[in-house]
Amino acid sequence: MASNDLRIDHGQDLVLVPGRAAALRWLLIGALFVALPWLIDEYFLSQFTFICIYAIAGLGMMVLLGYTGLVSFGQAAFLAIGAYTAGALETAGVPFVVALPAAGLVAAGAGVMIGLPALRMTGLFLAIATLSFAFIVEEVITRWTSVTRGSLGLIMPDATLFGWAIDSERKFYLLCLGILVLCLLGVANLLRSPIGRAFIAIRDSRIAAQSMGVNLAIYQTLSFAIGAALTGFAGALLAHKLTFITPEQFGINVSIEMLTLVVVGGLGSLHGVVFGAAFIILLPQVIAGLRGLLPDAIANQTGIETAAFGIILILFIIVEPGGIYGRWQSLRRYWSEFPFCKAGSFKRQRSFLKSERW
Amino acid sequence: MIFLQQVVSGAAIGCIYAMVALGFILIYKATETINFAQGDLMMVGAYFGFTAVDLWGLPYWQGVIVAVAGTAVLGVVIERVLMRPMIGLPAFAIVMVTLGLGYLLRSLVTMVPGWGTDSHKLTTPYTGQVLRLGDLVVSQEHVVIIAVTVVLIAGLYLFFRGTRTGIAMQAASQNQMAAGYMGIPIRRLSTLIWAMSAAVAAIAGILLAPLTFVHAQVGLIGIKAFPAAVLGGFGSMPGAIVGGLILGICESLAGFYLPEGFKDVTAYILLLAALVFWPQGLFGQSVRKKV
Repeated sequence: MASNDLRIDHGQDLVLVPGRAAALRWLLIGALFVALPWLIDEYFLSQFTFICIYAIAGLGMMVLLGYTGLVSFGQAAFLAIGAYTAGALETAGVPFVVALPAAGLVAAGAGVMIGLPALRMTGLFLAIATLSFAFIVEEVITRWTSVTRGSLGLIMPDATLFGWAIDSERKFYLLCLGILVLCLLGVANLLRSPIGRAFIAIRDSRIAAQSMGVNLAIYQTLSFAIGAALTGFAGALLAHKLTFITPEQFGINVSIEMLTLVVVGGLGSLHGVVFGAAFIILLPQVIAGLRGLLPDAIANQTGIETAAFGIILILFIIVEPGGIYGRWQSLRRYWSEFPFCKAGSFKRQRSFLKSERW
Repeated sequence: MIFLQQVVSGAAIGCIYAMVALGFILIYKATETINFAQGDLMMVGAYFGFTAVDLWGLPYWQGVIVAVAGTAVLGVVIERVLMRPMIGLPAFAIVMVTLGLGYLLRSLVTMVPGWGTDSHKLTTPYTGQVLRLGDLVVSQEHVVIIAVTVVLIAGLYLFFRGTRTGIAMQAASQNQMAAGYMGIPIRRLSTLIWAMSAAVAAIAGILLAPLTFVHAQVGLIGIKAFPAAVLGGFGSMPGAIVGGLILGICESLAGFYLPEGFKDVTAYILLLAALVFWPQGLFGQSVRKKV
């Protein structure tokens, strides 16, 4: 492990898969996930499908927040736009292979729309602007009944891939997994390119990036477009997974879930997206499983899921701000340098409050 | 006349928005944290009021004082337990903690015996009465909301202008490090700010309770108070009040004159429009940050 950390060539920073051992590891993990439908029962497989979909959506959030440093409280809107674009098109008879990219494109268009006025805002103001946008989108979808059928809900037809119907959970899981892998590879490659480095420069310091010649307007809009497009793809898949969509499914809670996903997973890492998605999907299952072990007085409370969600979110940020991936990395470092690690190695840096106002 | 009627009822709701926005801004100015649980603190304040007045049977005004004090104590506890360990960490992490806190509060209130998941009614001495000014009929609830807001704002203004603690708070909000070097106890002030902010939230919650009932989702109004705070520049107390009033009145007029559905999104449309033209809010100062 340690030899990989020693960089002797600039190319090592850019390579996608570092070394043969890593390639083999990825191949094994990939094979495991492809074989999954034949290893577990349909209910658990369905959860894994959700994880794939959430990971794609979280990837969009990660590009925005984790790599460009733009806070978006409006991911639910992009998810809804993707879902309803796919829904409306497929109800009209457009095949899935066309509807999926269209969902991404329309969401990207919406992303540019919110990204352009958002150019002049950062941090808090951007968060509120995207939040407002999400509310407006939700209301538009509820009212635009000729296309979306409003709160009556839209029934999704089965997806077909070049005449091959995706009619079973198994096939749909493999489809989602495939799209997730494509998206992950795409973003990983994007981050190795000048565009990705510009994103990271903007995240680390807007002013410094601007001074180095990064055009904030172009890159921030691009980041919004990419983030929204990925979330739009996820929306289209989610619509198929749920088979029945209503505007209420894309409320503010979904936006907060997306935010939690990237923070708990680990900001600024692609592994974190998958870990975070698994966390968001599996947490309610785990809590439901634990219900049986708790005393009745507690287990019968309706709010217990939300409470656990809140507590775990708070604990994560106080105890492990690097998220699940951060913890994984510090564990790995601990073992690779075994006797030499001290508690101080993983201590968090604290700083005096740097005001954004002065 | 109908127009004026709508303006008055909008102004009353606007005052509630303004009070919640005020809570955001107090905490933001002192600690540069956005407290996403502000609306939920308001909800807890309303529950405390309901407990004191309806469950324990205290007289209304005593009950209100107990509820406000109780919420202020809750604010102190939150600051001590959750916010202290976060001092010096990135602002975004702190925001996420308050989001988690909001979830926690919303679910915890449904577990309290006597509160549960039902909606409750807070009885007040003034419910159902109206005030007639010529042709204008104003319900007493609205009058009380507007009056209390005016008094509260005057009180806060005097506090920040006239008292040692208030001036120390202003200093700490302008430059934390310099204020610390001048011997201002920043940590203690931050605790006090949380107590004040929670108390303001409780007052808003208790005033709103006769209009909306007391239930766990009442705090979502906090999300509507955001646009109010942002419209006002998110750092300026007069701005919050103007922002809140603008929102409340526009919302009320939109509900009456525009097609159904516009009422709920007026706040957000207005906010987006305002942000496009004034990215720092109506009362914000635009200062380039030094690197």
